[in-house]
Amino acid sequence: MRIPCPHCGERGHEEFLYLGDAGVRRPDGMAEAKAGEPASRPWMDYVYLRPNPAGVHRELWQHVHGCRAWLVVTRDTRTHAISGAEDARTVALARDGAPA
Amino acid sequence: MTTPQRPLPASHRLSAGGLIDRSARVAFRFDGIAYEGHPGDTLASALVANGVRLVGRSFKYHRPRGLLAAGPEEPNGLVELRDGARREPNTRATAVELFDGLTATSQNRWPSLRLDLLGINQIAAPLLGAGFYYKTFMWPAAFWEKLYEPLIRRAAGLGRAPIGPDPDRYETATAHCDVLVVGSGPAGLMAALTAGRTGARVILAEDDFVLGGRLLADDLEIEGRPARDWAGAMQAKLEAMPEVRILRRTTVFGVFDHGSYGAVERVADHVGQPGPHQPRQRAWQIVAKRSVLCAGALERPIVFGDNDRPNVMLAGAARSYVNRFAARPGDRAVVATTGEDGGRTALALQRAGINVIAIADARAEVSRSLQVIADHAGTRLLAGSVPLRAHGHGCVQAVDLGRPDGSGRQTFDCDLVVMSNGWVPTVHLTSHLGGKPAWDAMAGAFLPGTLPPGMAVAGAAAGRLSLDECLTSGAFAGLEAATAAGFDGTAVEVPRATREDQDRVALVPTPKPVGGGKAFIDFQNDVTSADIAIAHREAFRSVEHLKRYTTLGMATDQGKTSNLNGLALMAALSGKTPGEAGTTTFRPPYTPVAIGALAGVHTGKAFKPTRLTPAHGWAREQGAVFVEVGPWLRAGWFPKAGEDWLAACNREVAAVRAGVGICDVSTLGKIDVQGPDAALFLDRIYANTVSTLPVGKVRYGLMLREDGFVFDDGTVARLGPEHFLVTTTTANAAAVLGHMEHALQWTWPTLDVTVVSATEQWAQFAVAGPRSRQLVARLADPGQDVSNEALPFMGAMPLSLLGGVPGRLFRISFSGELAYELGVPSSWGDALARALMGAGRDLGVVAYGLEAMNVMRVEKGHPAGGELNGQTTAADLGMGRLVSPKKDCVGRVMATRPALVDPQRPALVGFRAVDAKDTVTAGAHFIDVDAPATTANDLGHVTSVAYSQGEGRWIGLGLMKDGPRRHGQRVRAWDGVRGRDVLVELCPPCFVDPAGDRMRG
Repeated sequence: MRIPCPHCGERGHEEFLYLGDAGVRRPDGMAEAKAGEPASRPWMDYVYLRPNPAGVHRELWQHVHGCRAWLVVTRDTRTHAISGAEDARTVALARDGAPA
Repeated sequence: MTTPQRPLPASHRLSAGGLIDRSARVAFRFDGIAYEGHPGDTLASALVANGVRLVGRSFKYHRPRGLLAAGPEEPNGLVELRDGARREPNTRATAVELFDGLTATSQNRWPSLRLDLLGINQIAAPLLGAGFYYKTFMWPAAFWEKLYEPLIRRAAGLGRAPIGPDPDRYETATAHCDVLVVGSGPAGLMAALTAGRTGARVILAEDDFVLGGRLLADDLEIEGRPARDWAGAMQAKLEAMPEVRILRRTTVFGVFDHGSYGAVERVADHVGQPGPHQPRQRAWQIVAKRSVLCAGALERPIVFGDNDRPNVMLAGAARSYVNRFAARPGDRAVVATTGEDGGRTALALQRAGINVIAIADARAEVSRSLQVIADHAGTRLLAGSVPLRAHGHGCVQAVDLGRPDGSGRQTFDCDLVVMSNGWVPTVHLTSHLGGKPAWDAMAGAFLPGTLPPGMAVAGAAAGRLSLDECLTSGAFAGLEAATAAGFDGTAVEVPRATREDQDRVALVPTPKPVGGGKAFIDFQNDVTSADIAIAHREAFRSVEHLKRYTTLGMATDQGKTSNLNGLALMAALSGKTPGEAGTTTFRPPYTPVAIGALAGVHTGKAFKPTRLTPAHGWAREQGAVFVEVGPWLRAGWFPKAGEDWLAACNREVAAVRAGVGICDVSTLGKIDVQGPDAALFLDRIYANTVSTLPVGKVRYGLMLREDGFVFDDGTVARLGPEHFLVTTTTANAAAVLGHMEHALQWTWPTLDVTVVSATEQWAQFAVAGPRSRQLVARLADPGQDVSNEALPFMGAMPLSLLGGVPGRLFRISFSGELAYELGVPSSWGDALARALMGAGRDLGVVAYGLEAMNVMRVEKGHPAGGELNGQTTAADLGMGRLVSPKKDCVGRVMATRPALVDPQRPALVGFRAVDAKDTVTAGAHFIDVDAPATTANDLGHVTSVAYSQGEGRWIGLGLMKDGPRRHGQRVRAWDGVRGRDVLVELCPPCFVDPAGDRMRG
């Protein structure tokens, strides 16, 4: 597999480390638990629950043997076709509504 | 047995022609007998030239077998090549380039190839049909391991693996190109030329050691001259192009994602042993923008009775032996064909001096061109005829020809039967990414279907069999590939070549051979047409079931010559077309690849990198015994003469506790954390609070994973308001850095913090013991104050030492003694070790290793690897109160889950052996004194042990249910693996200076 790192260009997958689904969102660590359910309820999904789509998947990779940037790679799990790789911090800032 | 000193002259070598160098001789041995060949021979062709026809015994029935093919698809001619540690089993004789001194041995025969006693399996054949493993060896189950399996393994099977380690070197390499051309037949040569002319970077990979593909085997003309000469001229043209690289002896074995191709180059397989600095094989990863597959086609055998007799051969192979290798596979031949290829074959054999007795043509109408050839050669042409059965013990001696229904049967004496049943495009590589080949009824073959991105197919691999089509399709595919890769090219001139008439019919096997005998479909796995019929009858009809049930298409050749016949028969039995039945999945590798080639240089010591600390050389001079910790080598202990590890360790501990010792702790991970939000960030990374730490202070830091379990621990030093240096355990250094980068770039992207590894940049030594302050003071430059007042316990300060070296001094203690860690830039690490030892001589300084460090940390109750095992919580380790409830941090919420706060969880406890003579081992289970050692009674386990001189006995740490509440009680430490059962007394996990006065002093 070849991954188009936005900082370094296309590189072999052996330079990268795979983490997984980029869709999960860390819950507020200081939020009060809802009545009748443990504080860990939203956390269970965050820590353990992952979709496993047959198709387009946005996922986190780190270019560990390159620029060390975390990337959001869009990959079709059926064909391994990669349609994009973005700098994860840029994506995260947009996600959090903060200026880049 | 005596073997002649000088080999006999090759009995079946033609006096002229072929691509062999008759001026040089190559000596080799097959089954101990000496023979001679010439440069340009393969082992197979040299055997043919020497009249050797029996080359192996079949897998299941031990039937005598000869060569079926002349190329990499060969199913029968598998030999053990070379001997000793270089022995290589299951090597295809057709793919072995002959070299001087080559030795090869036939396989799967006992005691010898000619007299094989296991040939009796043929008589038991009714028991050994399709699915015989599943039916025969099912009952009783206990017989399997003791009786059936050893029997099967002895009787069936291929070659023997070498016993010694491989003495040769392998390497891996990566290459990038614009256009990869696979195969150098007429299509491949044209593709490489047209792509190369555009200036594109081209790699032309050829499995063989000569370029040309079928141009070498067939009598063809291009532009009015012999096609072989044209191939040679093309090679010269390509070699003159600076951007074209030709890899001969290179098999492209797999297609991988995004234009990656796996190839293996047999760099030195054609010599006895590799030259100096030369690898035997090189595994390539080729990254290509485009590729053109010109892999050609494989010939399809005819399935008839006893068609596996030695010297029943594929027609293309026979042409290759006579035309390319000037070797005559027989003297009297019968040609069985389904089309015009038969005529070309008869001509080639006739020219080589082989008497062609008869041509059987499956086509009902007499072909005019074949009739001309037959008349010219004085050969009988039997239209509408097929081979019915081969005869002969050992080599074929006669063949029956007749109508497909068995009528009109006539017997022809011969010593060679060649069969031509059309060509099967080599589509393997087109399917490696999941593309399914498509059945083409006109071609009577599966053609490439959905192609891997960037790949084009040309020539026979695309079903274009005629030479002129090969040249044209190759030329255009090469140009298109280069254009698609961004290069400009102009139309190309395709050389003129004759159009070859491809008229033919396809012979589909029948469930039962009309002429009697056994009709083989898969020669390598001994699968007959009857086996396919059994599989059909027993409902194993899908192609994937068929494969597993009958072993059709398994093993080293993966059905290269058998798949289509097997699938076509199953399709016919099921009333389907082969297209509806489909093919099994083609997976890499195309031909077997040695694991050693893929591993490359990464074996033995080079399997993974070994990291050395800056003071490694000093430690080695001190006689250190090194132990592996992750990738690092660390000094375990420093034995003096006559000391074993325990004696050395005890001496080192005693010296530290009474005086001073130094220990290299450079391997601990060091991460430099800076930025306005650094303190806030570390509050979130660590379970305890960091932001309240004053500048110039150090604090213990405990890190959780997001699931609430302990991840790692270390120290956090605040070097400035926005500057921290944190340490990690040696093992987790890389993981912690990645974790922090993930948190900063993904979880909390607005935090203004930068982290960078500083592990390699700093050498660090622990200086421990009551005299450590004296020793540190001696190294400090004038004016540096290291007194208790200037640097109290858990303080950090910059320290100029050794005449201006900018160091860092941390007053932290792992041993429980007054202690420091002293860091200097890496290049000073060695000098620091020597300076400490020199300056501390009169203080009695010792160098201590990992073992002594471990003893002291166990005595002090600090958790380490055994306790930080990924399954423990902060509370398990007695550090529950460290987790701050007042701030968000990784793992805080999940650590509150009921199972993680269950008071019944095993928790950290100390223990000492009751009897001073007893040894306790890590991993032993805690069991109540009167309880039997069962899982139900398991209370926990021993995580760390040490011999404590202060206690005069073995002590340790463990994780035990109710452990903290059972101090003073006795339990068993039961180790069933090592057969130990020792009484221990539980105690708080601290054996030295519980109040901490020493380290604060």
